[in-house]
Amino acid sequence: MIELSGLTKVYNQGRPNQVEALRGVDLAIADGRVTVLRGPSGSGKTTLLTLIGCLARPTTGRIRIDGETVSGLPERFLTQVRRRTFGFVFQRFNLVRGLSALDNVMLPALPLGVAHRRLKEKAFALLDHFGIAERAGLAVESLSGGEAQRVAIARALINDPAVVIADEPTASLDGERVGQFIAIADELKRSGKTVLITSHDPRITRAAIVDTLVTMADGRIVEGTP
Amino acid sequence: MHPALERRRHLLDFAVRSLARRPTKNLGLVVVYALVVFLLASVMLFGAAIRREASTMLAQGPEITAQAMVMGRHDLARTADVEALRGLRGVRRVEPRLWGYLWDSAGAANYTLMVPPASDPARRVAKGKAVVGEGVARARKLAVGKMLFLVSPSGRFLRTTVTEILPASTALVSSDLVLLEESDFRAFFELPAGVWTDVALVVANPAEVKTVAEKASLRLPGFRFVTRADMARTAEALFSWREGLALALLAGALLAFVILAFDKASGLSAEEKREIGILKAIGWETSDVIALKLWEGGLVSGFAFLIGVVAAWGHVFLFSAGLFEPVLKGWSTLYPRLALEPSIDALELATLGVLTVVPYIAAILVPVWRTASTDPDAVMR
Amino acid sequence: MTDRPLPRSLAGPRGSTLAAATLAALLVVGAAMVAATGTDRHAAADGAAARDLVAALALSDVALFTEGRYTRNPSLADLHSAFQDGPGSLEHFPSGSLVLAPRDLPGGRLEAREE
Repeated sequence: MIELSGLTKVYNQGRPNQVEALRGVDLAIADGRVTVLRGPSGSGKTTLLTLIGCLARPTTGRIRIDGETVSGLPERFLTQVRRRTFGFVFQRFNLVRGLSALDNVMLPALPLGVAHRRLKEKAFALLDHFGIAERAGLAVESLSGGEAQRVAIARALINDPAVVIADEPTASLDGERVGQFIAIADELKRSGKTVLITSHDPRITRAAIVDTLVTMADGRIVEGTP
Repeated sequence: MHPALERRRHLLDFAVRSLARRPTKNLGLVVVYALVVFLLASVMLFGAAIRREASTMLAQGPEITAQAMVMGRHDLARTADVEALRGLRGVRRVEPRLWGYLWDSAGAANYTLMVPPASDPARRVAKGKAVVGEGVARARKLAVGKMLFLVSPSGRFLRTTVTEILPASTALVSSDLVLLEESDFRAFFELPAGVWTDVALVVANPAEVKTVAEKASLRLPGFRFVTRADMARTAEALFSWREGLALALLAGALLAFVILAFDKASGLSAEEKREIGILKAIGWETSDVIALKLWEGGLVSGFAFLIGVVAAWGHVFLFSAGLFEPVLKGWSTLYPRLALEPSIDALELATLGVLTVVPYIAAILVPVWRTASTDPDAVMR
Repeated sequence: MTDRPLPRSLAGPRGSTLAAATLAALLVVGAAMVAATGTDRHAAADGAAARDLVAALALSDVALFTEGRYTRNPSLADLHSAFQDGPGSLEHFPSGSLVLAPRDLPGGRLEAREE
C-alpha cells in the first residue's frame, strides 16, 4: 500500500523559472491493482510518478510505503527502497546505448552481487518470455519501438519488484503493440504486482484491466481519489 | 562467490563493456598514455642504470687528479711538478698520466689515446701494439691481430697491431680508448720527454683527501685538483632531471598527464550524465556509480602505466635503449654498446605510477560525484 | 516462464576475465623479460673487470659522449671548455643538456667545500 499525504513539488524554488508541479496531492494506491493516472501534459502526473518511485523528493508532504515513511530518508536508504520495491518503465525507455538488450536487462541487478550465470539466465528467460530472445545479443539502438519497450519492461522486472511503474507506455506504439502492452500489464497484475501507469491515451484509460482511474489537472487530483 | 565480491566483479565487467563501446577512442587513449609513460620510464630506468654503473665503476678512480692550468686552459704537467707532488705527506703514490684526444677521420670519431701507468706492469702495452675499446674496434672493424693506423693532426703516422679488445662489460668507461706504449704516444703527438697530461694521486688515508688536496694546491698554485668526490658528483649528474633534455621530457610528460586529467575533470558529456541518471533511476547507489567510474579510469590509466613500464624495461635492458642512441650519440658517432645491469628503482617507478594514475582517477571523481549524488530525476530532465 | 538455455553466442567471456587475462599476459611478458636479462651469471664478474680497469688506468669519466673534451671528461672540464670556440659560442652538443655541468669549476684553486 502506498500512501501519499499533502504532497507538493516545486522546481527551481525561489528562482524566476519556479514551477509548482504538484500543489497538494493525497492518494492511496492499493496493492495488486492497476492504477492509471490521467491528465494533460503539465498536469503533474509524471512528477507524481517520480515522487512515488522515490526518484525525487517532495518539497512538502509525506510518502509511506507499507506503513514506512520513505520521503524523509537519506539518499542511500531511498535508493535501497527504490531498488527493492519499484521497477520503472520510462516513457523514452532510457535504455543504455551501446549495450545489448541482455546487458540492459541485467543492469539493475549488477550492484546486488547476484551470481553472474544465474543473472544472465534469468535475464534471458525474461526476454524469452516477452518474445524477443533472438534480439538478446543485439545493441538496443537496432531494436524497434515495441521491442525496446519490452526490453525496458524486462529490465524493470529483473529484481522482482512489488510495484511496476510505467510512464506513458503507449506514447510511441501502434494499435497492436498497445494491446500487447495491456496484456503484459494484466499478466503482472495477476502475478500479484501493483501496476501504476500514467497515460492520456484513451486506449489505456478505458481498458478493462484498470482498477482505479485518477484524473489530474494543474498539479492536483480532480477526480478519482478513493 | 560472496555478493560483495560478485558486485565488484560485475562493476568491473560493466566498466570493461563501457570502455569497449568506444573502442577506438579508449584504445587510442591507452596507447598515447602508454607512450608518454614509456618515454618517461625509459629515461628513468636508463638514467638510473647508467648512474648506478658509473658510480660503481668510478668508485675505483684516482682519489685526486692534478691538472696544470694556464690562462684558464689545461696545460701539460712537467716532471718538476710531479716531483713536487711526490714529496707531499699523505700521498701514497704519484702517477703521471699521458692521454689525449684524437679525431680519426677513418672512423669518423673521437678517440681517447692513453698510455697505461707504469706502476701496473700487467697493463703495459708493447711498442708497436695497441689495446682498443670495443667502440673503436667497431668503428675501424678491428680484431685481435689486425693493424690499426692512426694519423695525428700534424700528419704523423702510427702503425700498430691490436693485441686486445677491452671486454664489453667495461664499455661504459673504455669504449673509445686506444692504449699505446709511451714512446709511440710521444712520437705520435710530438711530445718531448718530461711532460705529462696530468697527475693522478693515490692517497694513503681516504679521509685525508681534502687536506691533501689543499696542501697540494698550496705547493702547486697553478694547478687544479679534482677529487674522487667531484667525479662521483659528475657521475650522479648524468641524465639528471634537473635540466636539459631530461627536464624537457619530464615537463612535457607532466603536461600530457595534466591535459588528460583536465579533460576528465572538466565535466561529463551529456551522454555520460544521462547514463548516470539512468543507472541511478534503475536502482544504483551513488557509491556504485563512483565505483564504476573509478574502475573505468583505473583500467585506462593502470594498463597504460603497466604497458608503458614493461615496454620501457624491455627497451632499456633488452635493446640497450636503442631509441635514445641518435640523441645520445650527438656528434660523437661512437656509442658504447652497453649491456646495462637490469634493476628497478621502486621509488622512481612508484612516483611515476602515482603521477600517471592518481590525477586521472581523481579528475574523474569530482564531476561524477556531483552528478551521481543529485536526484536522478533532475539528471534526466 | 519457459526455461530456454542460454545460447552459445551470448555466453562470451566476462569483462573482468578479459581484464585479468590481459594483466596476466603483461606480467608474463614482464617476467619473461626479467628472466631473459637475469640469466647472465657473469654480471658480477664483469663488474669487477670494469672496476679493475678504472683503477688501473685511473679513469675519471664514462665514455658516453665522445664529441668534445668537456663532454668526454666532464669532471675534468674547466670553466672555459664549453666556450672553447669563442666567448659567445653556445652549447652545441646535445649531450651538454643531458649531463649537469659540474657545480664546482674553480679557476685554478680548490675551494674547500662542505660535503
